[in-house]
Amino acid sequence: MNQHASQHAIAVAGVRRVFGKGRKQVIALEDVDLVVGAGEFVSLIGPSGCGKSTLLRLVADLDTATAGTLEIFGKPARRARLDQDYGIAFQQAGLLPWRTVAGNVELPLKLHGVASAQRKARVAELLDLVGLSDFAKNHPDQLSGGMQQRVAIARALAESPRLLLMDEPFGALDEITRERMQNELVRICAETGAAVLFVTHSIPEAVFLSDRVVVMSPRPGRITGVVDVRADGLAGAHDRTERARDEEGFFRAVAEVRGLLHGAPVATVAADGLEK
Amino acid sequence: MVTIDPVAPRGGRPRLPIAEVRWSTVLAPVLLGVIVVVAWETFVDQADIKPFILPAPSAIWDQVTANRESIVSGARVTGGNALWGMLGGALLGVVGAAVAGTFRFVDQMAAPVVAALAVIPIVALAPVLYSMFGAAVNSGRIIVAGISVAIPVYLNTLRGIRQVRAVHRDLMTAYAASPLQRIRAVTLPTATPYVFTGLRIASSLAVIAALIAEYFGGPIGGLGKSITSSAASSNYPLAWAYVTGAIGLGLLFYVVTLLAELWFSRHQPAP
Repeated sequence: MNQHASQHAIAVAGVRRVFGKGRKQVIALEDVDLVVGAGEFVSLIGPSGCGKSTLLRLVADLDTATAGTLEIFGKPARRARLDQDYGIAFQQAGLLPWRTVAGNVELPLKLHGVASAQRKARVAELLDLVGLSDFAKNHPDQLSGGMQQRVAIARALAESPRLLLMDEPFGALDEITRERMQNELVRICAETGAAVLFVTHSIPEAVFLSDRVVVMSPRPGRITGVVDVRADGLAGAHDRTERARDEEGFFRAVAEVRGLLHGAPVATVAADGLEK
Repeated sequence: MVTIDPVAPRGGRPRLPIAEVRWSTVLAPVLLGVIVVVAWETFVDQADIKPFILPAPSAIWDQVTANRESIVSGARVTGGNALWGMLGGALLGVVGAAVAGTFRFVDQMAAPVVAALAVIPIVALAPVLYSMFGAAVNSGRIIVAGISVAIPVYLNTLRGIRQVRAVHRDLMTAYAASPLQRIRAVTLPTATPYVFTGLRIASSLAVIAALIAEYFGGPIGGLGKSITSSAASSNYPLAWAYVTGAIGLGLLFYVVTLLAELWFSRHQPAP
């Protein structure tokens, strides 16, 4: 492992994932290369079946690649999982309904043998971070969808991971809650300085949150292009304000991503149209 | 930053759903019961039915009050057998389901045996068990009750173990949780409401099995034995009084397990 490689949060090279055998074979991912720097926010976007969730699951070592290498902070994915180098949040909050909000946030700490007093202090800190201190003793079924997702994010942050993996965490939320959650995520990322790999369906969401947006296409799942949002004049890493949504660079980046999703010609037209 | 979402009451623990039951849901069946008893009484009185065919509710009630102590002590004996059988059977069912849930081949081996056990009337084993353990002890009755309980508990627990959500499994993998941590943190809590559903179904079976097993012999003192002996001595209202005691015992078991089920599934959608 050279010194340079360990600087990256995620380094994916030549990854291929094939499901099934023989005629029923489906190539979920083909020849995927991706590097996410420490503290960088990268979104994966693409239509259903483009393999973006599969890629995230490979990084999380919830699934194994058919070919290629994955390194998380310079370690193999399995080692990184066993070392708890990442925190993860899914589309469903996935809270344990029989545990209180505090109990859910506490779960990873408890599983990894953190002392009770420390756990309590950390849980209080995390619930404050996501604005749910008043709900520590409630059970998940008493919370709204947005609040449940905030608990799931607090749980993902419990062990202060340097890398956050998020699989469409706001996918099931309404637009208003979604924007508020995005603002909160930007703030949390600025406070924690973690790198994020973020899977989403939404172009504005990807552009608003990310430093770079990775566009993928299906059958077979591969990366068709990368939009560097920072180069579009949007504020630097994790330095978003609510206003960013209205800036010109935001629309230019949205048009670029849309162009990549729908094919190259549209991209220039859309971008030109905006500039005039 | 604190954002306020519109939400359910803060802090408070949720109560049993029983608090939400409306009066009409309780009143309607009670009303039906009263109508049936009154109709029964009038019918027996008007049509001059002999007590050995059908005694009047009032006659049965007289016997219940007159023999209260004997009914209670009988219920204690039968209820004790049913309770021990239930505890043993529940333990057997849960442990069995945990093993079958963990090892697929155990599940496959056990499936036909469980299906066979589920269809044979377990009480039919009582006479065999009396000769096996001797007719002076309650062991045979407890075993009969235990087997009848073990099957529904086993089947329901196994179903519960299989309800573990994919997102929870992924989460445990992401946390690199050990197999034991997985079972404690996710599998058992997921299965718990199902265990109690099984127990609720099994509770009446336990009482029935313990009661009917007494018909085939064994020590006296239980409700089942008292029903047969009072019927044999032509004291029909007294036999019905003991039947009333058996109904009360069955209801007690059912209600207690129902409350346990409601309590343990209060945070999860009903199975």
